[in-house]
Amino acid sequence: MNAMTIAAPVHVGLRGVTRVFETNARTKVEALGPVDLDLRKGEFFAVVGPSGCGKSTLFDIVAGLSPATKGQAIFEGSRLDGRAVPEGVGVVFQEDASFAWLNVADNVAFGIRRAGLGEAEIKRRVDDTLTLMGLRDFAAAYPAQLSGGMRQRVCIARTLVQRPRLILLDEPFGALDQQTRLIMGEELLKLWRETGATVLLITHALDEAAMLADRVGVMSARPGRIIDVVETPWGRDRDSRVVSDPRFGEITARLWMRLRGESMAALSHKAG
Amino acid sequence: MTSARNSLLVIVGLLLLWQLAYWAIGDLALRPPLETVVKAGALIASEGFLSHLAETLRAFALALAIAVVVGVALGFSLGMNRLAGEVGEPLLVSFYSLPKITLYPIVLLIFGIGMPSKVAFGAIHGIMPIAIFTLGALRNLPPVLGRTSRALRLTRWQSAWALLFPAARPEIFTGLRLGFSLTLIGTLLGEMFASQRGIGFLLMQAIGLHDTDLIMVLTLLIVSFAITASMALLAIDKQLRHGSS
Repeated sequence: MNAMTIAAPVHVGLRGVTRVFETNARTKVEALGPVDLDLRKGEFFAVVGPSGCGKSTLFDIVAGLSPATKGQAIFEGSRLDGRAVPEGVGVVFQEDASFAWLNVADNVAFGIRRAGLGEAEIKRRVDDTLTLMGLRDFAAAYPAQLSGGMRQRVCIARTLVQRPRLILLDEPFGALDQQTRLIMGEELLKLWRETGATVLLITHALDEAAMLADRVGVMSARPGRIIDVVETPWGRDRDSRVVSDPRFGEITARLWMRLRGESMAALSHKAG
Repeated sequence: MTSARNSLLVIVGLLLLWQLAYWAIGDLALRPPLETVVKAGALIASEGFLSHLAETLRAFALALAIAVVVGVALGFSLGMNRLAGEVGEPLLVSFYSLPKITLYPIVLLIFGIGMPSKVAFGAIHGIMPIAIFTLGALRNLPPVLGRTSRALRLTRWQSAWALLFPAARPEIFTGLRLGFSLTLIGTLLGEMFASQRGIGFLLMQAIGLHDTDLIMVLTLLIVSFAITASMALLAIDKQLRHGSS
């Protein structure tokens, strides 16, 4: 871990955050926490955990899409109340959320156009973002003409064009094949470096977390808590070639040893 | 090219069937295709016909405009509110399956004989399918669209207009296609039973006088109009779906 991120101030802080779903008056499901977690400004943080552990619930709270039941979630000094996604937060989902009726350029421009930016500024930002995401040649194409990886790129571009300071990704490559995932991972690293944003990546893939993140948070079975935070030794300029580093194996092994018991617990949870 | 040839084949086939039916049934109830087309030309050229046609078209256009605006608005307001949707949908469906002709006496009492009655009768035929399809279209949208709308910090209005509506448009349009035909039926029914003007009125009069010539000609005109319009709408429908699938 490099010294820069250690010294960096806290960007997102979670204190004793829990989430309880009331399915009806009698049944309550504890979905999350309590979670204590600090995301440092500019770091790349990944969260791994067994299925159903509350990763997506955590994601929704940090995004401001749903409220914490107890505890506090703070982004840049103000409270995330779950009513609105704050300015400065960009969100990318697992599902294809590209707009079928708009071409790539209009998809990317969608958010900033509604936000009332000037036409010249919109055009400049969209051009920059299309170039950054390698979508320049597809500006006039429609989502139906693109592969799944390209469509997810469009969604990432639509988020980036808003210049978020915190980028949240919920299993963004979950529907893609392994090679596409590795390449998309490299691109994610590149845009993380170029934008200087803080990134929170939710994933179920241990190797993806080990390759991309500065720190990986390991979650327990439901209700999910952060039971370990594993730091990776890669520098800022890392790419997918870190998979050949012997320490890569050690890190994924450590993640799995922490997760193994939790995953088994999660599976027996489901069976029972 | 093949689709044009197929349409041509269908038309030729229908004309042939018509001719065969004429030979089988005879002059009592039918006229042959060629004679009908010639008489249709004469009717269109005759004095007063165009004003009846204009009356019907005006009533139909008004009824359709009301059906589209009210139907889409109704579908949207039910579709954007889960509780309203759950309460409203069974009501819509039961009203849709109700034979609207049973409401006719009430419509007549409210609007009287003439234009307002036929417009109202046309519109109530069209509103339901349009509202039901709009509601269904919104309900079938993937949930990630709603989350995306929040992630992009859209207002409720922006979300409805710029995101949900275009996403649901192909399916809404299918509802409009259905609504179009039903509104046409409703308008003509309205003219047949409570009007002194329009194509429906002419048809009713022809039935009363057992004027087979006129019945055949009017039926031909109505059927041609309905088929042409619905083929055009189907073509737009296909184009809308092509872009999104």
